[in-house]
Amino acid sequence: MTVSEFEPWNDPEAKPLIHFQNVTKRFGDFTAIDDLTIDIYEKEFYALLGPSGCGKTTLMRMLAGFETPTEGTIQLAGQDIVGVPPNKRATNMMFQSYALFPHLSIWENIAFGLRREGMAKDKINDRVEEMLRLTRMEKFARRKPHQVSGGQRQRVALARSLAKAPKLLLLDEPLGALDKKLRQDTQFELMDIQEKTGTTFVIVTHDQEEAMTVASRVAVMDHGQIKQVATPAHIYEAPNSVYVADFIGEVNIIDGTASPNGEDTYAVKWCDNHAPLNAASPLPFSEGQKCHLAIRPEKVSISADKPEGAANMVQGKVHDIAYLGNISTYYVELPTGAIIKAQTANTRRIARRSFTWEDTVWLSWTATAGVLLAE
Amino acid sequence: MNRMSRFNAVSLTLGFAFLYIPMIILIIYSFNESRLVTVWGGFSTKWYGELFQNEAFLNAAWVTIKVAVMSSTIATVLGTMAAYVLVRGGRFMGRTLFSGMIYAPLVMPEVITGLSLLLLFIGIGLDRGVMTIVLAHTTFSMCYVSVVVSSRLVTFDKSLEEAALDLGCSPAESFRLVTLPIIAPAVISGWLLAFTLSLDDLVIASFTSGPSATTLPIRIFSAVRLGVTPEINALSTIMISIVTVGVITASLVTKRQMARQKAEERAAERG
Ligand SMILES: Nc1ncnc2c1ncn2[C@@H]1O[C@H](COP(=O)(O)OP(=O)(O)OP(=O)(O)O)[C@@H](O)[C@H]1O
Ligand SMILES: [Mg+2]
Repeated sequence: MTVSEFEPWNDPEAKPLIHFQNVTKRFGDFTAIDDLTIDIYEKEFYALLGPSGCGKTTLMRMLAGFETPTEGTIQLAGQDIVGVPPNKRATNMMFQSYALFPHLSIWENIAFGLRREGMAKDKINDRVEEMLRLTRMEKFARRKPHQVSGGQRQRVALARSLAKAPKLLLLDEPLGALDKKLRQDTQFELMDIQEKTGTTFVIVTHDQEEAMTVASRVAVMDHGQIKQVATPAHIYEAPNSVYVADFIGEVNIIDGTASPNGEDTYAVKWCDNHAPLNAASPLPFSEGQKCHLAIRPEKVSISADKPEGAANMVQGKVHDIAYLGNISTYYVELPTGAIIKAQTANTRRIARRSFTWEDTVWLSWTATAGVLLAE
Repeated sequence: MNRMSRFNAVSLTLGFAFLYIPMIILIIYSFNESRLVTVWGGFSTKWYGELFQNEAFLNAAWVTIKVAVMSSTIATVLGTMAAYVLVRGGRFMGRTLFSGMIYAPLVMPEVITGLSLLLLFIGIGLDRGVMTIVLAHTTFSMCYVSVVVSSRLVTFDKSLEEAALDLGCSPAESFRLVTLPIIAPAVISGWLLAFTLSLDDLVIASFTSGPSATTLPIRIFSAVRLGVTPEINALSTIMISIVTVGVITASLVTKRQMARQKAEERAAERG
């Protein structure tokens, strides 16, 4: 993949396309965006992730020009755009509520922006047909928005925002109402479009798998603040806080206190009757500092016999098993009452599974499997 | 549907009888042969014929229609603009005061509205005629239009206008291409309302009309003071039928359109 080489955020020379500088947005005395500073580079696929009400749509609306920041500045290609009206911005937004024009047909909805641009008739025709094909809505072109299904409306909204091929595309949950197959296809279409046209995408999604698939970087938000911005792999493997670790994917969190026992390695004391756990961390922890060990379930091995020479091992009882087809998640209860999740691929038929409920099992993981977090 | 109880049936009959018996009697007597209004002299349509010979009535009818069309059109434009600003204008100085003030003419006694307009016209030296009636009717029917239109605008999904802006419309274009087509049914019913109000207004028109222009209600009223003639019955019957047909079509059309657009909009939001 060439994607790994695309890292303008690591290049001190690179100029961001979008620059938020200490942006705060208040509605009355409610702070929706809280002192936010971010850079988004050209040709990025920037995914915003966060719980409902954390300010994702508000951030988008400031980029599109529907809200002005209470404090701070927003720059697009080096120009301050606060105060530039939405119709004068080279951005298009796909609304979370779709906002399709109910009095126009689907064809006319998609053509709306092109007509405003004063594009020639036959060019508009071609472009609209292309968008209809892309979103597989050819058959419904003459219908009104209320005559198609929810997922189809979502595709029309997507087509309408894509039609003008803007420099910056803001997609507010563009694929939420689509079935998995169509969603994956559309994700790849989006990535394809982006490769061809070099459009910069900012996309809100509740589906972290989607964020992982399409994003060049993922920003995790909470209460109007950005908790972490990083590549999907980095955010998954090296979250910077329990909040991020917990938000992206599944994770086991073990609370304890750290004490250094080597270069970049720590012993984590987590329970009086058990040996401390071993964990490596590039971040420094002082003796006795409170810490949280975050381990992804798929990095925890489960076995019936005591594993040889593992850096960390604990014994527990199988409390529950979640069978997900390709993988199974075992919920193992430790003697302390804590539950640790361990995931294994189901390479065997279900009947041949080696453990079942109430079995005593060993869990083990390496010193580098987990991430040691301060908060 | 449930069958109606006897009590409800009786109430309904009484209510409708109360409302419509006078009109029915009027309609019946408009086909009376006899010149005496209260004596039935056999069926005839001769009064309709005579009505159409009556220059004064025809003139008044023409003035009334001109006034109604002009005043309701101006009132619709102004009322829609006012409604738009009051609903969408955001917070500006005196907004509450303005939206309160727009309702004031609705509750103001017509005599007072008429009198104050009369004083105004005399004050600025405007000759009373068609123009002054149009102005006066615009003044009071505009509030009705703005009430009807603003109740529609309140439920209008603002993100549609934002989407239009986002796709390159100026605010004016977004109003013309998106807002107006969607609120059109409300604007049309506002127009119809203003039209009917103007059509049957007697009080304000009698303050603001002059010797050069008299509206039909004024003409009828003054004719009746000299005694009811069967001609007036015929004229009233014609007016009743016009209004009935108008009101029924208008309500059917707007009802159907409103229902359809509501459904479209609800569906266009996530559905
Ligand atoms: N116009 C407004 N007036 C007052 N509060 C608002 C306004 N718009 C948004 N908010 C508040 O700001 C916060 C952030 O809203 P926003 O729409 O950005 O959330 P979101 O992250 O998009 O959520 P979701 O995932 O549910 O769409 C919410 O708590 C919301 O109630
Ligand atoms: Mg949102």
